[in-house]
Amino acid sequence: MENNNVVLLDFWPSSYGMRVKIALQEKRVSYDCRQEDFQSKSSLLLEMNPVYEMIPVLVHNGKPICESLNIVEYIDEAWNHKPSLLPSDPYNRSQAKFWGDYIDKHIYNIGKKVWTGKGKEQEEGKKKFIECLKTLEGELGEKPYYGGDDFGYVDVALIPFTSWFYTYETYGKLSIEEECPKLVAWAKRCMEKESVAKSLPHPHKIYGFAMQYKQTHGLV
Amino acid sequence: MANKSEVKLIGKWSSPYVTRVKIALNIKSLDYENFEENETFNPKSDLLLQSNPVYGKVPVLVHQHKPICESLIIVEYIDETWSTAPSILPTDAYDRALARFWAAYIDQKWFPSMQSIITVEGEEERKPYFEVMEEVVERLEDAFEKCSKGKPFFGGDRIGYLDVAFGCFLGWLSVIENEYDRKVLVEEKSPNLVKWAERFVDHPAVKGIIPETERLVKLSKALQIKWRAAIGNVQIFRSRFHGRKRKLVTRVYL
Repeated sequence: MENNNVVLLDFWPSSYGMRVKIALQEKRVSYDCRQEDFQSKSSLLLEMNPVYEMIPVLVHNGKPICESLNIVEYIDEAWNHKPSLLPSDPYNRSQAKFWGDYIDKHIYNIGKKVWTGKGKEQEEGKKKFIECLKTLEGELGEKPYYGGDDFGYVDVALIPFTSWFYTYETYGKLSIEEECPKLVAWAKRCMEKESVAKSLPHPHKIYGFAMQYKQTHGLV
Repeated sequence: MANKSEVKLIGKWSSPYVTRVKIALNIKSLDYENFEENETFNPKSDLLLQSNPVYGKVPVLVHQHKPICESLIIVEYIDETWSTAPSILPTDAYDRALARFWAAYIDQKWFPSMQSIITVEGEEERKPYFEVMEEVVERLEDAFEKCSKGKPFFGGDRIGYLDVAFGCFLGWLSVIENEYDRKVLVEEKSPNLVKWAERFVDHPAVKGIIPETERLVKLSKALQIKWRAAIGNVQIFRSRFHGRKRKLVTRVYL
């Protein structure tokens, strides 16, 4: 596609923002990444996402696309050269979207209980979190990636949350590798890809952010 | 055209999400075999539990023995599989992204608000949920102008994805407006959507699909008893909407 002006409104610890970065890297699309400060949101963010005022927002030739998996799908269609992120077969596409949606419905909210929760809420959160990861591990099966032989949409949807695993494990006092070894092996495999390695912050950096967040919000 | 036995729809007459799928199947003039779950989902059929082991919810489309779950995903599947029949999603990538965004927005806000209005007791308690619905209508009135580009439907000349995503709720909207005596879709505030709603329910692919208001009213009374009995859930509905701004901020950070 010619004459592209691509801007990503982002916040570096956001798993949702990381998804978009990975997708753009996969497609070798150059973009201008702008970090948002939520104490004072930019006028661009407020203009481009008036409904939610949230990142990530992709602004392509002045037009905004919001909601991370929606953006990933848009990237796949707008830059339809290889590699494809979504399968071409309608049934496989529907399954990829189903699991992307499952990740959206569960991982962030339940994960939050693990790293910010206390007592019973945290224990229940931990249990549900591991259940969800095991469900996702089951869906992976013996495949190298969720996309089969190739890295794809569901891999993009899930891999950013692995940068938060150290934080979940430290606050939750759990070992994700013990509970879901195949999932952790999959994560390591994904990290060998340049698009992923470039887009995910180091887990210790995320942990540092989480510590600061908890202090600021009185969650210590 | 699909053989009737090739396409099965597991659903429930009253579910707006099932209504979406039925309308999509009609747009493509597809025959299908309908499997109706019982009124209380108690027990859920073996077919449903096998076809949707993750959620055990309707709708589920089963095509050539393979299940597809989640109503909007099913609508896209139908559009992609029967691609020679009238399109449901727009062809342009940006218009598609816009349609998907608004459909997801509707899913986040609309039915949970309606459900809360039926569940909570008292006008004051219902007020915030009506306000959410009114905000949705205001935004969709604006979206309609952008998406329709002067044509009769969100999809343009033909009904499309966003028409189906929102129009499926019109039956339940009637219930809410009549039972609680408060109009949400009003000419003064959303003239385009009021006219769109009339066109939508009259469309050949939609006629007879949206359940009659009286039948839904009767069901809503039974659901009200059930939902009020599970009153703990009301706290979740409340925190979901009253705490929405706070939840949004934390999601943004993380």
